[in-house]
Amino acid sequence: MHGFANPKRFLGLARWLTPLLLLSGVSLSAGALFWGLTQVPPDRLMGETVRILFIHVPSAWLGMGGWTAIAVSSLVFLVWRHPLAAIAARAAAVPGLVFTAICLITGSIWGRPTWGTWWVWDGRLTSMLVLAFLYFAYIALAQTAKREAVSQRIPAIFGLLGAINIPIINRSVVWWNSLHQPPSITMGNSAIDTEFLVPLLVAVLGFSFIFGGVMLARMRTLLAILQADARLRRRAMEAV
Amino acid sequence: MREALDQWDFVAAAYATGIIGTLAMVAWSWFAMKRAESLRERIRRK
Repeated sequence: MHGFANPKRFLGLARWLTPLLLLSGVSLSAGALFWGLTQVPPDRLMGETVRILFIHVPSAWLGMGGWTAIAVSSLVFLVWRHPLAAIAARAAAVPGLVFTAICLITGSIWGRPTWGTWWVWDGRLTSMLVLAFLYFAYIALAQTAKREAVSQRIPAIFGLLGAINIPIINRSVVWWNSLHQPPSITMGNSAIDTEFLVPLLVAVLGFSFIFGGVMLARMRTLLAILQADARLRRRAMEAV
Repeated sequence: MREALDQWDFVAAAYATGIIGTLAMVAWSWFAMKRAESLRERIRRK
C-alpha cells in the first residue's frame, strides 16, 4: 500500500486504470439502467417509480462512500504524512458531491409521486443535505489551504470530523420516525426481490467504477498541476 | 378535479438528472486531466 504513495508508481498504475474504470463503469451503468427501464416489472406499491431507485440508491451509497474516502485518506495523511493521501482526499470530494446532489434530486423526484411531497425535513433527507454542505465546505477549505499555502492538515482534520455524519445518515431511519423506508439491504440480508436486486447491484458496481475512474482522473489532474508548479518555481529560483 | 400524475414523467426526469450529471462529471474530469497533463509536459520540455 505504501508503495503506491510514490507518485511515479501511482501514475504508472493510474494511466491504464483510469480509462478502464471509466469505460467499464459507463458500460455497466448504462446496461443496468436500460435493464431497470425495460426488463423490471412495476412495483406493487411504488409502481413505475421503482425504476428511479437504480440511480438513487447507487448515488446515495457513493455520496457517503465519497466522504468515507475523504476521511480514510485524511487519516492516512495525518498519520503517515503521505502527500498522495491529501491529493486522494481532495480528488474524492467532487465525485462525492456530484453523487450526493444526484441522490438528493432523484430522491425528491421520487418523493413527489410516492409520498405526495418533494421534500420533508426528516432525519435521512436532512442529514444527506448536511453532507452536501460538508462537501462544499471541504472543497472551499482545501482550495483555500492550497492557494494560501496553509497546512493541508486543516482540511484533513475537517474531513475526519465530517465523517461523524456518515453513521448518522446510515442510522437516521432507525433512530427517528421517517417517511423514508428503513434499510432494505443489510449485511447478508435483503428485503428486495431478486428481480430488482440484481440490476440494482450491477448499477452500484457500474457507478462505483465511474467514481473510481473520476477519482483517479482528479488525482492525476491535481498531481500534474503540483508538478508543473514545482518545476516553474524551481526554474524561477535558478534564474535568480 | 385533480389530474393523475404520470409516473413515467418522474422516471424520465430522474434518469435525465442522473445520466447528464454523471456524464458531465466524467467528461469534465477527463478533459481537465488531459489539459493539466499536457501543460506539465509543455513545461517539462521547455
